[in-house]
Amino acid sequence: MAKQFDDKNKGDKGDSGNTKEDAIEVMATVLEPLPNAMFRVELENKHKVLAHVSGKMRKNFIRILAGDKVAVELSPYDLTRGRIVYRYK
Amino acid sequence: MAIQLRSAAELEKMYRAGQAVHKVLNALREQVKPGVTTMDLEEIAEGLIAKMPGKAAFKGYRGYPCVLCTSVNSEIVHGIPSPKRKLREGDIVSIDFGMEVDGYYGDSAVTVPVGKIRPELKKLLDVTRESLDRAIEKMRPGNRLGDVGYAVQSWVEQHGFSVVREFVGHGIGTRMHDEPNLPNYGEPGRGARLQEGMVIAVEPMVNAGRPEVQMRGEWVAETADGSPSAHFEHTVAVTANGPWILTRPKEMTGPSW
Repeated sequence: MAKQFDDKNKGDKGDSGNTKEDAIEVMATVLEPLPNAMFRVELENKHKVLAHVSGKMRKNFIRILAGDKVAVELSPYDLTRGRIVYRYK
Repeated sequence: MAIQLRSAAELEKMYRAGQAVHKVLNALREQVKPGVTTMDLEEIAEGLIAKMPGKAAFKGYRGYPCVLCTSVNSEIVHGIPSPKRKLREGDIVSIDFGMEVDGYYGDSAVTVPVGKIRPELKKLLDVTRESLDRAIEKMRPGNRLGDVGYAVQSWVEQHGFSVVREFVGHGIGTRMHDEPNLPNYGEPGRGARLQEGMVIAVEPMVNAGRPEVQMRGEWVAETADGSPSAHFEHTVAVTANGPWILTRPKEMTGPSW
């Protein structure tokens, strides 16, 4: 069944209002903190990428340390950079 | 919502759903002949589904009343089966069907000639089916959604037909319509990059005349100029070994439909 191409589809999108379109979400482990709220993280597939902390997490003072498990969104355009959107407890 | 990547085990489940869809569509294809109504096809489909695991995906989806979408001639997609709609020699009918098995979805469509059709219609079907083949060929890791859309658009337009913009292919998995949208037009090198594990329903909708769409009621999309329209669809996974068509048997090779 073809999907109608308009904003009506937004109704059934469900959760996560913070995710930007087309991003790929993956699990990762923080390797080291870098300046400017950036982190080097290792993805599940062993790729190391540079990730920054999402604005929402910064606003709520979610602190991230080396070794933390986090969810990272990768832009499909540049797979070497990501955005940390969640820190697991 | 991010684009979901599916594991090998999930793809196997989606393949099972895809096989169920394929079985039903294949059986329906042979039932299409002059004098049959689109409601007859719906009833045959319901009979087949009852004997299989899983359930029909369309019925009840946003209030859609049937298990099939049957779109005749100038109807592009989402035609609702009706006992009044009798197929006549020379018609074309698109049968679109989806199933949910074990929580995973498969979605596929084929446009079938009724008896003997005019050569122009035959060409419309051939070009549309070929555009699906060309799009599937682009479903490889590293390519972009724009490459897939461009494959459809360039092939269709060079034959003097047009692609529908108001409806698009879609990511599919644990929901029938998921991210991303896959328009049947685009620029090469644009759009999200395809990755191993992505599953997308690729579905070119091609009008013989102008691309504009006119809605009849809530569901049925028709060509605004009344020209005939064709629609082919497969659920396709991006894998390291290239595209994997989940809605047909692994053994099948050659043209997608």
